[in-house]
Amino acid sequence: MFKRVIEFEGPVLGVVINGRECSVPASFTAAAAMLASEDGATRETPISGAPRAPYCMMGVCFECLLEIDGVPNQQGCLVPVAAGMRINRQRGARTV
Amino acid sequence: MKLTADAIVIGGGLVASAVAYGLTRLGLKPVMLDEGDVAYRASRGNFALVWTQSKGPGVPEYQQWSRLSSDKWSELAAELQSETGVDCGHRRNGGIHVCLSEDELAKRTQVVEQLRAEAPPGRYRAQMISRAEMLKLLPAFGPDVVGGAYCPDDGTVNPLFSLRALQRAFSARGGRYFCDSRVSSIAAAPRAFTVETASRSISAPRLVLAAGLGNKPLGEQVGLNVPVRPVRGQIIVTERLKPVLEYPTTYIRQTVEGGILIGESREEAGFDDTLNHTVSQTLAARAIRTFPFLKQVGVVRTWAGLRVMSPDVYPIYEQSSAYPGAFVCTCHSGVTLGAAHAFEYAKAVVDGHLPEKLGRFSSRRFDVQARH
Repeated sequence: MFKRVIEFEGPVLGVVINGRECSVPASFTAAAAMLASEDGATRETPISGAPRAPYCMMGVCFECLLEIDGVPNQQGCLVPVAAGMRINRQRGARTV
Repeated sequence: MKLTADAIVIGGGLVASAVAYGLTRLGLKPVMLDEGDVAYRASRGNFALVWTQSKGPGVPEYQQWSRLSSDKWSELAAELQSETGVDCGHRRNGGIHVCLSEDELAKRTQVVEQLRAEAPPGRYRAQMISRAEMLKLLPAFGPDVVGGAYCPDDGTVNPLFSLRALQRAFSARGGRYFCDSRVSSIAAAPRAFTVETASRSISAPRLVLAAGLGNKPLGEQVGLNVPVRPVRGQIIVTERLKPVLEYPTTYIRQTVEGGILIGESREEAGFDDTLNHTVSQTLAARAIRTFPFLKQVGVVRTWAGLRVMSPDVYPIYEQSSAYPGAFVCTCHSGVTLGAAHAFEYAKAVVDGHLPEKLGRFSSRRFDVQARH
């Protein structure tokens, strides 16, 4: 979705974004990984289902909610990526 | 800058905004003076129940006043929506009180029966209900829930949207709202008040003190005894979920937006509005006993607020006898009583006297002469 203005030279690791295997810089958060992916959107709103992307990237706005390793509603900007992490779009509100 | 107005309302929260809006409905052009975000802002930290089922055992005037307000909230919300387009989020599906032990159940039964006995026939509508009936209302209750009470007259609002709606409607009707307007002094004479802030001097024939914990020092300047003190309460809010709790309970409810609010604490902590996480742990533990699914749910914020408490918990409504025209309106249930303040208290201020039914709430009850 976004074009990188710098190329990362540090270590990378593999994650699975919406079912697709990708390689991302190890310093990324899950939200950054999402932004760097083709998709970009992190969640769909509970009311209309409209797509949303990360906004504040500092834990405040809750736009970057993701399902990470099976746990829904995680603030993706606060979660560093890890090898093999499965990151999926948060579709609507969490059901309990 | 010198200004004149029909009335001055000191305070910027739900109590002040409800009374101030009510004054504009009666044709007045008041000024509302909000201290600013340095104030304790109980209106922004509360649990936002519109509640009747537990109000005023032993004080039927309070039960009736709370019910009157609860009955009029739908009208207030509809009126505010049509005047401002803001939805207060008022819902009145009924509310539940949860008991987690036989002892709690026995105590609550006593309260419910006393309130019913003190109400006009048929007016108090809460019922004790069994665990099976509780589960029919909310299947999410855990095994520790032994029973409880249900009242069809209870409900909730969104307190932030309610505050916004009241203030917007107040301004649209010609009221003037000033923020960052801490009152430095009040010059009082009967039906003639001049209130000073850092940048304004405002004169009016009527003055309403509705500044929460600020009412105590303000009252002293106009001959009103307002012995309110802070009582700290804490709230936990979770991540947003699909609707799972159709009904609010006294201490746990799901907001219209989806978050679960958990709030059940009372602490004497003076003006300290920081969190005590020992209390947070107790709140969370009891919430999980009530609704075990909460164990899986993430917390996004916790905060503390300061209730505005009188010595006997009931509101203080009084007109100054030294300086007629000066009124105080203070309570710890600014949400529930919002409609009563907008429709009835404002009318009393315009009429120049409080109705007899509010006589029970005079601060004279705190005088030594009134005690046995």
